[in-house]
Amino acid sequence: MSNNEDKHHVIPYRTLLLVLSALLTFTFISIAVTNYELGPFTVLAALLLASFKTILVLAYFMHLKFDVKMFGILISAVFILIGAVIFITFLDYLYR
Amino acid sequence: MTTDNTARAEPSFFEYKKHKGILAWILSTDHKRIGLLYLYSIMTFFIVGAILGLLMKLELIAPGKTIMEAKTYNGVFTLHGIIMIFLIVIPGLPAVFGNFMLPILIGAKDVAFPRLNLLSWYIYIFGAIVVLMSQFMSGGPPDTGWTFYAPYSFKTTTNMLPAVLGAFILGFSSILTGLNFIVTIHRMRAPGMTWLKMPLFPWALYGTAWIQLLATPIIGITLLMTVGERLFNIGFFDPALGGDPILYQHLFWIYSHPAVYVMILPAMGVISEILPTFAQKTIFGYKAIIFSTIAIAFVGYFVWGHHMFTSGMSGTALYVFSILTFLVAIPSGIKVFNWVSTIYKGSINLKTPFYWAVSFIFVFMIGGLTGLVLGALATNVHVHDTHFVVAHFHFIVFGGVGFAFMGAIHYWFPKMYGRMYDETWANMGWLIFFIGFLTLYLPMFYLGIAGMPRRYFDYLPQFHGGNIISSFGAIIMITGLLIIITNLVRSARMGPISTERNPWNGKTLEWTVESPPSLENFEEIPVIEKGPYEYE
Repeated sequence: MSNNEDKHHVIPYRTLLLVLSALLTFTFISIAVTNYELGPFTVLAALLLASFKTILVLAYFMHLKFDVKMFGILISAVFILIGAVIFITFLDYLYR
Repeated sequence: MTTDNTARAEPSFFEYKKHKGILAWILSTDHKRIGLLYLYSIMTFFIVGAILGLLMKLELIAPGKTIMEAKTYNGVFTLHGIIMIFLIVIPGLPAVFGNFMLPILIGAKDVAFPRLNLLSWYIYIFGAIVVLMSQFMSGGPPDTGWTFYAPYSFKTTTNMLPAVLGAFILGFSSILTGLNFIVTIHRMRAPGMTWLKMPLFPWALYGTAWIQLLATPIIGITLLMTVGERLFNIGFFDPALGGDPILYQHLFWIYSHPAVYVMILPAMGVISEILPTFAQKTIFGYKAIIFSTIAIAFVGYFVWGHHMFTSGMSGTALYVFSILTFLVAIPSGIKVFNWVSTIYKGSINLKTPFYWAVSFIFVFMIGGLTGLVLGALATNVHVHDTHFVVAHFHFIVFGGVGFAFMGAIHYWFPKMYGRMYDETWANMGWLIFFIGFLTLYLPMFYLGIAGMPRRYFDYLPQFHGGNIISSFGAIIMITGLLIIITNLVRSARMGPISTERNPWNGKTLEWTVESPPSLENFEEIPVIEKGPYEYE
């Protein structure tokens, strides 16, 4: 029951622009990667690129990097959970 | 028993009215009024769902057509499932008793977001209306069963869209309630109430809330994909368009199996509250029960595939899902052992909530052990999609949630209404309901093993005997239900006034506040110094 919400962290515009550029770059990569036949790794590649973008948005645009550590832990746990669910689903698709 | 009949310091929440008439209810952000709004809504839908269930049993009382055509039967079991699952057992305990009791149990004045809480109820009602509209529009009632399996769900000419969209809308209500409870539990516990001094019902609601928050969006997306498939022929699930119908089953059960734990975890929390009170004994294995709650909430995410053992999944997936399914039985077993150990050598107070709690353990054990039959690959093949599954499912979901719900309402009734129900009628209602429940569902295990498939309005003559007993059980159970509901409704209006704060000699915080509680629950926010169940 901490009261850390009172502290506001201001992110410089330069950092925000860098993050925006990284997001656009990842978007172009995710389009470019569809030109290659990656077989079962197609979904993995798309998910990894999407995850990088999500992490950037969470960390910088949503200020998670500068917030209470507990939130970071909870969100990481959710990522692991969803990763595990996808992994188990692919035990069906890869071995069917 | 503690008696405290001193005059009230604050008026009860019933007397505090910002608005008049029905507006005092539908515009109130008081967690207790919202809990009761859910209670009345859910009980109304439950009566409809129960009547549909009874109609199905009457149809099955004899082979061939009895009271309805096959197409009508398909619509009836679909609506029965949708109402019972999406409108009753998923929201049931968290929305009613979570809303009413959670803030009081953790020493708070309300939930973290009271307006969001009221919005959740409005979304629930809106979703329910959309679902029920499917019955009255041209095209006829949906006939897919509550699982909306592809590819039939986007090929049938019946009103699938409102049913699917209604379920989608209901999901938002569930997500918002879960979010509200997580924040409430994190931020609003009374001073001194550390995580390991929190009662077990809030712990169960906490585990449940995470499932509601994380799993519900998956069904939302899945249902939208079904809508997209139906309207635009996208090809997610249609093999003719390169889609995969098994993908639908994966996505559906990734939510719908954890949803079983949304149903059962709060039920387990209720039982963990009732048993120490009526055994007058500290709960056995407090930390083990918390651990098992978290373990069930966590492992419960990874076992969805046991609904799909015959769908054509890979062998590797079959083994993994079977092993994981067996793993989830361990924390459930831990809870049962702890409950039994709690009442062992306790000073048992044989009251109605206790009867419901111990009968919960009985039916939950039958449901749990028959679940192992379904979790094992070899036996699952034989009983898949038979009445065995229907029996198992009802023992867990109706036996689990239903019995815990009845236990909860009889346990907290004097606190909620400041009146007492007639205990003789309550006990008689329980006994008749319990006998009816067993008579209704036990024969289904036999019918399933003998090979009677589910979701058929007709059957071979050799299944007649079991179906007669089962249908007769439905009539007994409905009789018990009528007694229970009549007794509770009558007692809420005219029952003897019971202003005792603590009629059962419980130790948790709700028994320290007035009956019924005041608007802000506590005259002064309590400071917690000891655990929730310290009887010794």
